[in-house]
Amino acid sequence: MAEQTRGYVPTYPTITAPTGLWRWVATVDHKDIGVLYIVTTLVFFLIGGLEAMFIRLQLIAPNAKVLDPETYDEFFTMHGTTMVFLTVMPLLIGFANYLVPLMIGARDMAFPRLNAMSYWLLLFGGLLLYFSFLAGQAPNGMWFMYVPQTLPPYTTGPGPNYWAAGLLVTSVGTIAASINLTVTILLLRAPGMAITRLPLFVWTVLVNSFLILWALPPLAAAMVMMLLDRLVGTHFFDVSAGGNVLLYEHLFWFLGHPEVYILILPVFGMVSETIPVFARKPIFGYTFIAASTVAIAFLAMSVWAHHMFTSGMGLTEDTFFSAASMLIAIPTGVKVFNWVATMWRGAIRWTSSMLFSIGFIGEFIIGGLTGPMLATVPVDWQVHDSYFIVAHLHYVFFGGSVMGIFAAAYYWYPKITGRLMSENLGKWHFWLTIVGLNLTFFPMHLNGLLGMPRHVYTYPNLPGLAELNFWETIGAFILATAVVVFVWNVVASVRFGRIAGNDPWDAWTLEWATASPPPPYNFASIPPVRSRRPLWDLKHPENPDPR
Amino acid sequence: MGSYDRLATPLRKTQTTSGPAAAPPQLCRFARSALRVAFCALRFARCALRFRPFPSARHLNSIGRLSGSILAVGLALGLLPALAAPRSPFSPASPQAASIADLFWFTLIAAGLIFLGVEGTILYSAFAHRERPGREASQFHGNTRVEIIWTALPALLLLVVFYLTVRTMHDISAPPGDPVEINVVGHQWWWEFSYPKEDVTTANELHVPVGEPILLHVTSADVIHSFWVPQLAGKQDANPGHVNDITFTVSAPGTYLGQCAEFCGIEHTWMAIRVVAEPPAQYAAWVKAQQQPASRPTSNLAILGETIFQSQTCGSCHAIAGTSANGVAGPSLTHVGSRATIGAGVLDNTPANMERWLLNPQDVKPGVLMPNSKLTPNDAKALAAYMESLR
Repeated sequence: MAEQTRGYVPTYPTITAPTGLWRWVATVDHKDIGVLYIVTTLVFFLIGGLEAMFIRLQLIAPNAKVLDPETYDEFFTMHGTTMVFLTVMPLLIGFANYLVPLMIGARDMAFPRLNAMSYWLLLFGGLLLYFSFLAGQAPNGMWFMYVPQTLPPYTTGPGPNYWAAGLLVTSVGTIAASINLTVTILLLRAPGMAITRLPLFVWTVLVNSFLILWALPPLAAAMVMMLLDRLVGTHFFDVSAGGNVLLYEHLFWFLGHPEVYILILPVFGMVSETIPVFARKPIFGYTFIAASTVAIAFLAMSVWAHHMFTSGMGLTEDTFFSAASMLIAIPTGVKVFNWVATMWRGAIRWTSSMLFSIGFIGEFIIGGLTGPMLATVPVDWQVHDSYFIVAHLHYVFFGGSVMGIFAAAYYWYPKITGRLMSENLGKWHFWLTIVGLNLTFFPMHLNGLLGMPRHVYTYPNLPGLAELNFWETIGAFILATAVVVFVWNVVASVRFGRIAGNDPWDAWTLEWATASPPPPYNFASIPPVRSRRPLWDLKHPENPDPR
Repeated sequence: MGSYDRLATPLRKTQTTSGPAAAPPQLCRFARSALRVAFCALRFARCALRFRPFPSARHLNSIGRLSGSILAVGLALGLLPALAAPRSPFSPASPQAASIADLFWFTLIAAGLIFLGVEGTILYSAFAHRERPGREASQFHGNTRVEIIWTALPALLLLVVFYLTVRTMHDISAPPGDPVEINVVGHQWWWEFSYPKEDVTTANELHVPVGEPILLHVTSADVIHSFWVPQLAGKQDANPGHVNDITFTVSAPGTYLGQCAEFCGIEHTWMAIRVVAEPPAQYAAWVKAQQQPASRPTSNLAILGETIFQSQTCGSCHAIAGTSANGVAGPSLTHVGSRATIGAGVLDNTPANMERWLLNPQDVKPGVLMPNSKLTPNDAKALAAYMESLR
């Protein structure tokens, strides 16, 4: 131990490492915090998924009475809020926490204590949000919590207060985590790890952190205004006192749309790591993938009002936001083409991780192609706030983010636990997910085209609706089965998985140069970084990577 | 592979020995896949329980691919008939909705072609470039010319879509000359329609003349709603403190269904819209009928109902022209008997349903702002008869 840590300059006071449960409470190690993030968000994912199952059960037949309308609205709101704010966003931060220092050859994050604070704010913010169920009313105004619906007299219970307060707490943690990641990536890179050699996952995390810093504060402002309106009696959104309800919509979507990219950019980075490794090729067009990430982030800041084409902003504003939203399809398309080109003429290994990466591209483009259709303003006037949007957003969130996260889970699990996940269960998981995902979400396009609006707790027995909704519910249960298989795989592989070794995938980035799981100081000595694939250079000294 | 072969061999034998009477090969193949599924499931369960490696994971991929393609074909077949259904933007009944449908088809086909191309390439490379003994992956890093091409081509396509978008949105938003103007006010959870020129106010059922331009001024009395009748026009939000306009010209007589599209509280679900489009003469007759005060009840039951209506607090929320009831919080009841539904679409308007509604609206539409007046069944019957007499 003593000679291994030689040369290690601690950035925080060395303390005797506690063991047992206390280790997880006291830890400031980025890997422990990363694991805490991932486990916590997995639990929130299961809770949010359970809420979705109840929603789908209620919609299994016209005029079904599984949930009463009030509970249905609460579950619906909590499903969206949980999945966006307590699952995917913090899960990606958790992965970044674990992987970024390893991938850039650092010992830890720049601010380990701040890092711990970010995590605990997430947990307690989430608990505060869920405490609302015990306090008598969970938030019930859907995940966007539009005013004046969420203000008295329309909502008098405490639900929106818990929503705003809980998310304020997690937002502070998220902002702190973004600052931490930005500083880490900019300042703690290993010698030779130029910004042009950063692994693409780190690139996307860097861009994403800037995007979070840009987008989250306006949401915090909106939530503070809502709390003031509700608790102190201000009139930010009270029309009769000169307030404006569209102000809230603008503030919310000023976060809400960049949020969509916040939930997908690091996933783009993840599959940009897995696809090359399993295709046994360098990534095609590294520069273009990195540059298109930056382009998406910039454009993401000017597309928020495409959620408001029907709010009556006027044709001039509609035109601007339509153009910006269509533009964002171009860098996104560039990424997809580059991934496909990376697979081209490779020697593709059909591991579970690769299947999910391929599935990610295949499913994500369905959401990606309906995106520009929604930027087509008159089409949006028709399908906005209908189930068509529900289909679109789930293809992006589930078909995109979650599929990519599954790919990342199979890929990095051996690094985190030292054991491989079961490939057989992985394949069951994959195919059940593909069938369940498409059976659940594809017909939702049609629900929307049959005039079914979002957020309804039931629907009239009009032609087609009953059949579509029935099959969607079946699909949702197949999807739930897939998740159960996945969770079992995650839990059981800790004990029963095959021992992975340092580098089970024969990969090329720095995290595979150290033990699995890595020691507290990460690297005994950091391998030399002379290209984008430092481990390739070590393994193929005769043919080093040129870039 | 070994155990799978043991299962499959007898099947092959049956096929060859039974001559021309043998089942068609597709059927055999199907039976074999089914067996394979069952077999895999069994093995899977055993291996999963013991957490052992699963010997034929390869088969799983083929089963997955099979079910994936069945699903894809099924979904594609389901797509077509659905589009012609009522309440679909793809069965437009106004020039405005028709131009949106045309634009929609254009983007749908363009997106569909891109989808097939990209998805095909993904699947082709996933299969054709699989790892095989002796195959080395090529180590190329990129190609700037290709990057420029696949940046520029989508950009050009989007330019076309953008041009069509701007043209269509201006075309269908152009204010018509001399329209029938109607004020639409969203309430929790019903729609108020008032015709200022004709001095008519009604609820949930919008009557319009066919062939004449209609101009709706949409706003809200409480929270944000959204007015959406897919066959006639795109939706516009009903914002408190703002007025948004919708314009359309109905091209064929008929009843067009719509619904509030923005979440507006617990009964957002039951905030339906019926648009009844009639030839101008019939429309004029409807307007004339609506301008009349409420008709006097004639049957004894209905007269009793009127007394109950007056003695209860109904009139503080509802108006019946020609009586002292002049409330504005709820829908006008002056001609409630002539409307097709109750509670903004939750029930068909029949005497029995009306009675059920009056007995306890909270039971029919939980959360509705109309309180339970705790009427006796006989009072409810009488009141329902009065309501139905208001034609």
